[in-house]
Amino acid sequence: MPRVIVDVLPKAEILDPQGQAVARAMGRLGVSGVADVRQGKHFVLDVDDSVDDAELERIAETLLANPVMEEWVVRREGNGGQ
Amino acid sequence: MSARIGVITFPGTLDDVDAARAVRYAGAEAVSLWHRDTDLQSVDAVVVPGGFSYGDYLRAGAIAARSPVMGPVVDAARAGLPVLGICNGFQILCEAGLLPGALVRNTGLRFICREVRLRVEADTAWTAGFEQGSAITVPLKSGEGRFVADDDTLDRLEGDGRVVFRYAEPAPNGALRDIAGVCSADGRVVGLMPHPEHAIDPLTGPGADGLGLFTSVLTRLTAAA
Repeated sequence: MPRVIVDVLPKAEILDPQGQAVARAMGRLGVSGVADVRQGKHFVLDVDDSVDDAELERIAETLLANPVMEEWVVRREGNGGQ
Repeated sequence: MSARIGVITFPGTLDDVDAARAVRYAGAEAVSLWHRDTDLQSVDAVVVPGGFSYGDYLRAGAIAARSPVMGPVVDAARAGLPVLGICNGFQILCEAGLLPGALVRNTGLRFICREVRLRVEADTAWTAGFEQGSAITVPLKSGEGRFVADDDTLDRLEGDGRVVFRYAEPAPNGALRDIAGVCSADGRVVGLMPHPEHAIDPLTGPGADGLGLFTSVLTRLTAAA
């Protein structure tokens, strides 16, 4: 069954205190080269052929992400992909 | 006949009992609504109480906003039914598209649980009994209470008088422009992060300032009847 990946991240202009805390923790590990971290969500969907790109976009926009505060990327994996 | 105000319970709702108590203190009948209900039982208003509906899965309020009961609530709200969303209820109303903006993690990443002072800044179905500019003290208890929206939306909300409650101090959760609560364009749907239903009796809360929201809507309903 084709697999679809949806990655959701807080918008760049929305303060992401979790990402900031992760970035600070990297500094405490001695890593100095990471300028910024944003923390988001990664969804893996197994979908049948009846789900087209428009339907996937609708799922992402109306449920998986909140367009007020998040941005998202939908991509198909395997079976030729897109 | 007293007004009937529905109080919704989702899996994970915590404050439905206090919300129903506040409704009764104000002199109305509290009607329990379940997340699977599709019939609002002809209630005159709805309270969407706080808690952690569906365990805050996906995003706070996201699953509840798409539960069966919210379909008729959204339709009725668009037709003028007064709806009050408190804390998680505010998050649910934003996720359901009834209120603008979103609630995100507190700036300091800490759950905040303490009393806050709020300024009442708008005349709505739920604040008609307050003088504009008056201050009330109610508990705030949330980890994702930071109100955000883009600048255009914030300007529009302020310009249209739709900022209903503002923290009287710098917002402890980092809410943009210190916004604690907003309303719909018609002033009948109101959401706020702090908890007026916990402040209706000095015996069990910081005072009775919160009762005014519930008596306000009753006054509106009675005037309309």
